[in-house]
Amino acid sequence: MMAGDAGSATVGTGPPARGPALRLLPRLEPENEFFWTSGADGRLRFLRCRACRTFVHPPSPRCPDCLSSELAPEEVSGRATVVAHTVNVQEWIPGSGPYLIGLVAIEEDERVRLTTNLVDVGVADVHAGMAVEVVFDHHDDVYLPLFRPSTGNRG
Amino acid sequence: MSAPSGTPLERQAVISGIGQSAVGRRLGRTGLDLTLDACLEAVADAGLTRDDIDGLATYPGMGVGTPGFAGPTTPEVQDALRLRLDWHDGGGEGPGQMRALIAACLAVGAGLARHVLVYRTVTESTAQGTGGRQGIGGGGGAAGGMPRFSGFLQWTLPFGAVSAVNWIALVAQRRMDEFGLTRDQLAQIALNGRRNAADNPKAIYRDPMALADYLDARMISTPLCLFDCDAPSDGSTALVVSHRDHAPDVPHPVCQVNAVGTALRGRPSWDQFDDMTTMAARDAAASMWERTDLRPADVDVAQLYDGFSILAMVWLEALGFCGRGESGPFVEDGSTISRAGSLPINTAGGQLSGGRLHGFGLIHEACVQLRGDGGDRQVVTARGGPPEVAAVSNGGGPIAGSLLLTRGLS
Repeated sequence: MMAGDAGSATVGTGPPARGPALRLLPRLEPENEFFWTSGADGRLRFLRCRACRTFVHPPSPRCPDCLSSELAPEEVSGRATVVAHTVNVQEWIPGSGPYLIGLVAIEEDERVRLTTNLVDVGVADVHAGMAVEVVFDHHDDVYLPLFRPSTGNRG
Repeated sequence: MSAPSGTPLERQAVISGIGQSAVGRRLGRTGLDLTLDACLEAVADAGLTRDDIDGLATYPGMGVGTPGFAGPTTPEVQDALRLRLDWHDGGGEGPGQMRALIAACLAVGAGLARHVLVYRTVTESTAQGTGGRQGIGGGGGAAGGMPRFSGFLQWTLPFGAVSAVNWIALVAQRRMDEFGLTRDQLAQIALNGRRNAADNPKAIYRDPMALADYLDARMISTPLCLFDCDAPSDGSTALVVSHRDHAPDVPHPVCQVNAVGTALRGRPSWDQFDDMTTMAARDAAASMWERTDLRPADVDVAQLYDGFSILAMVWLEALGFCGRGESGPFVEDGSTISRAGSLPINTAGGQLSGGRLHGFGLIHEACVQLRGDGGDRQVVTARGGPPEVAAVSNGGGPIAGSLLLTRGLS
């Protein structure tokens, strides 16, 4: 992996941090609260259209495909694929060591993506197309969905 | 959408005058002070006086962004120059920073104004002082007292993706994984900028840079290093957009607006856009070529947005100068994009070495080159004269605009 080599040469070969030293958190509002608290039972959920079954993310009052307003949170598998990644090195947030930022697409619909942290994986082992699964990081009233290499469990 | 019937409205407009303030690091002058220098130079360059100016436009306008980002508002500039305006516009939403220029072209075409002064001013270097650049939610502090975030930032800040460099690094890494782009290739954008900056007296960084310097630079967000990021600067750039009828009265060749690219057909989002390797540049460029008979092969010089180096490569492909995924090999040894090459780019150093004038420095340089006023850095085409056609792009990620200019009326 040419790209992985370029990254690891500069940021070291040890395991990166699980994220920044300080978690800046989302403000819970009626439309996003289900998403950010979903991990309380270990499950990831997205808004989904009852009429045409389209996943709607970020949350919106209407389905962007069929324009129905009959939307409800629905549980997904938590499995996803890495679309892209980067190792943040600049210390924007004091005390942070290098950490992996990932962009992942959920298994149920590749158009639905999350920016996240990739954890329990070395920098050199991450690549586009890698299978990952959700693991939650609990802060106050928020459960942040992070992703680790897939363990192969099918549910 | 399909190509317009008849002549595109923007072709009623020409850039009749250009001006630029001092450009530098921590100049310690106010944005309004720099703006007036640039504006007065542009008005005089157009062969006009301020009494002729009946339109005013800027990007991004009032109260937008981090300190030093926005520059003075149109009411502040209007009042400082006591302009009597028939049309005025400032705003941050639209096809990149050049949205102000595009709006001015349409205003001139619609007869709302005849001579529009358009400016973009940054004082980010002075505003940041010696503390360095902050992320968008940066600054740290105790968690208990931290603000919470809504809108787009709620999806990125919790994961430490606090700066545009993080979001753009994802694009760069995806290109490495999907197309085999290498850091040696990416370096060519920075090295080309630095070579050209040596011949631009106003450029921020003019010392020679070698490939080894680039490869040894500290990482910011892999695969992007310090030299992949533009240099926060102080400076103001101004343009006068006039009706083409004014061209005979201008004391130099005007820069004819041939076509603008304004489309955004994918989702307007850093992380939900359908193609992470292109994003909005794809749509803006496509819509521009739908409005003109000129083709990519007609372009003699290109000023491509390089707020981050990878964006210039995205634009090379989006504008059709090479195929999708082929910008790495296209820039490989730096010769093609050099001033002696078949497609010189960022001839004043771009934003990486010339300074972060936020899109408008690139528009200014396109005009300098078309007019043959580039001095030591002037591009001479294979035909023997200055460039006849210039392409300019602004923006990256989900924000993009592009522009084709020609030398003289067309």
